[in-house]
Amino acid sequence: MATTAFEPLISAAWGKPNSWKLDEYKKRGGYKGLEKALEMAPAQIIDEVKKSNLRGRGGAGFPTGLKWSFVPKDSPKPKYLAVNGDESEPGTFKDRYILENDPHMMLEGIAIASYALGVHTCYVYLRGEFKFQAERTNAAIREAYAAGIFGKKVLGKDYQLDCYVVRGAGAYICGEETALLESLEGKKGWPRLKPPFPAVVGLFGCPTVVNNVETLASVPHVFTRGPAWYAGLGTDKSGGTRLVCLSGTVNRPGVYEVPLEATFNQLIFDDKYGRGLPPGRKVKAVIPGGSSAPILSPDELDVAMEFEAVKVKQTMAGSGGVIVMDDTTCMVRSLWRVARFYAEESCGQCTPCREGTPWQTRLLRKIEEGRGEPGDVEILSNVASSIAPYPPIGLGNTICALGDAAALPTHSFLMRFRDEFEAHIREHRCPFGDKPWGAFGDWS
Amino acid sequence: MAEPLFTPEEQKKFDAEIAEILSHYPADRKSAAMLPALRLLQELKGWLPPEGLKLVASRLGVTPERAYEVASFYVMYHLKKPGKYVVDVCTNLSCALWGAEKMLAYLEQKLGLKAGEANERFTLRETECLASCGTAPCLQINEDHHESLTKAKLDAIFDKLS
Ligand SMILES: Cc1cc2nc3c(=O)[nH]c(=O)nc-3n(C[C@H](O)[C@H](O)[C@H](O)COP(=O)(O)O)c2cc1C
Ligand code: SF4
Ligand code: FES
Repeated sequence: MATTAFEPLISAAWGKPNSWKLDEYKKRGGYKGLEKALEMAPAQIIDEVKKSNLRGRGGAGFPTGLKWSFVPKDSPKPKYLAVNGDESEPGTFKDRYILENDPHMMLEGIAIASYALGVHTCYVYLRGEFKFQAERTNAAIREAYAAGIFGKKVLGKDYQLDCYVVRGAGAYICGEETALLESLEGKKGWPRLKPPFPAVVGLFGCPTVVNNVETLASVPHVFTRGPAWYAGLGTDKSGGTRLVCLSGTVNRPGVYEVPLEATFNQLIFDDKYGRGLPPGRKVKAVIPGGSSAPILSPDELDVAMEFEAVKVKQTMAGSGGVIVMDDTTCMVRSLWRVARFYAEESCGQCTPCREGTPWQTRLLRKIEEGRGEPGDVEILSNVASSIAPYPPIGLGNTICALGDAAALPTHSFLMRFRDEFEAHIREHRCPFGDKPWGAFGDWS
Repeated sequence: MAEPLFTPEEQKKFDAEIAEILSHYPADRKSAAMLPALRLLQELKGWLPPEGLKLVASRLGVTPERAYEVASFYVMYHLKKPGKYVVDVCTNLSCALWGAEKMLAYLEQKLGLKAGEANERFTLRETECLASCGTAPCLQINEDHHESLTKAKLDAIFDKLS
């Protein structure tokens, strides 16, 4: 990429007064992308998105235009768009800032996607805890209806679009796209077997596209500036810019919009971003894409935070959640907390996940509390393998990828820090004593 | 006779909002409105009493068991009456790295409750990641979000509660 100054697309207006209001959005050129798209044929819109190399920002990095092209054109059934704003993968906190600061950018993306897909009803599914974010989004939707962006006619065109916010009620699994659809249908969030994929059999049995909030907020830029420009910002296979969420032991945690070739090292240490670790701390391990992503060692951080580059390391860029753990952090304690999360959130449909996730948690607790026995590490590794072997990613023996998500951290912590697990067992205690998280910040 | 579920004002609000919610779904898919309908009931009553579940089920054309099944799946629904303030503290990884366990211990002491316990005034729970990892530690009180918490900030928030 050229050395011109980096221009944020998604986060450009964050923190500015009234950035969430329609007037302000329009002053910045808002809804111009929709105007352009409405002049095109739906198939052409999908082609433009394909050319832009936009890839989904929800976790899997699936090419967005390709996903849209799977929706059957000749189906007599209604079609739906479901926006995934469940944002519950530990370490991920980017979509909320879009909803808080610039909801119209997502709404514009929704209108473009819906028109391209022949969708007349869109549901924006937000995790239940997003009360404030739901209020902001609802206020923006009301503005959009009043301005003739949603409703019987979209910007005067003979095309109707309705858009509703639905709040979840506290269940991580509802971020999985088919569980999300079940939840939207008023049921408990039990993922469905795939295929069929939602693009063919989705909400109410009808063709449905599920896209992440950030993915849709990226769409208008493809049309205001053109797909070639958008693709040119990124790498060969991945267009645009992306939001990454930096948390853990760093001086300046937060959400940063980065060019796709930015590396983990830059994110953690650069003045623009994380500004390094507190005095005396060193990086021990980094989770690169939400808590389910296998960890990277300190010597592996010169990798770009882009889907393909991260995949080479047998891990994933996922949801953009980068968590830094420093040398005062106990790996057993950290993994135990992560394992507990997946045990808590397993929906219970598949035996390996339902039984394996609490088993991992019990073993890790036992080891951390100094009650571990020789052989426990092998058992732990076997339990993880029976949920999902690794590498590579994606060998899970379960209906949905939560199984993989629960097993991957175990595999990767054991691959890199097995000694630390063995030390707990040998010494019958946690070597970090009563400070397994280090001592840091106001609560040290 | 048992007390009625709703006051007349509550009944009016429930009827109006249920109608609005149902209008968001296809006419033959009323049961899809389950999550928003349960949320509405909980907003009105503070929890999901059995008579309320029956009412929601009948409006949505499903059995009460179905309403119960959904209500019991999601952690934000209360099938038992909680304390006046439901306090959900995130102790997941990013928050733990910023002292969430110590914050929880401090709160347990302050409220005289262990995580998982409740009294008339407070229900104290550990919860999972609240998408506030960059502004850790954090908690929610009756769905109001508080982040970047220091001891002083936390004390101020709790001292203000009635
Ligand atoms: C257990 C699990 C949880 C998920 N949680 C989310 C989430 O909170 N938000 C999200 O956008 N995608 C989440 N996903 C990914 C979705 O299934 C889906 O791939 C994504 O919403 C597609 O949108 P995109 O193509 O725009 O990325 C999750 C997947 C799994 C397996
Ligand atoms: S893998 Fe786990 S969360 Fe996914 S469907 Fe199976 S039991 Fe449910
Ligand atoms: S880990 Fe606490 S908000 Fe994410």
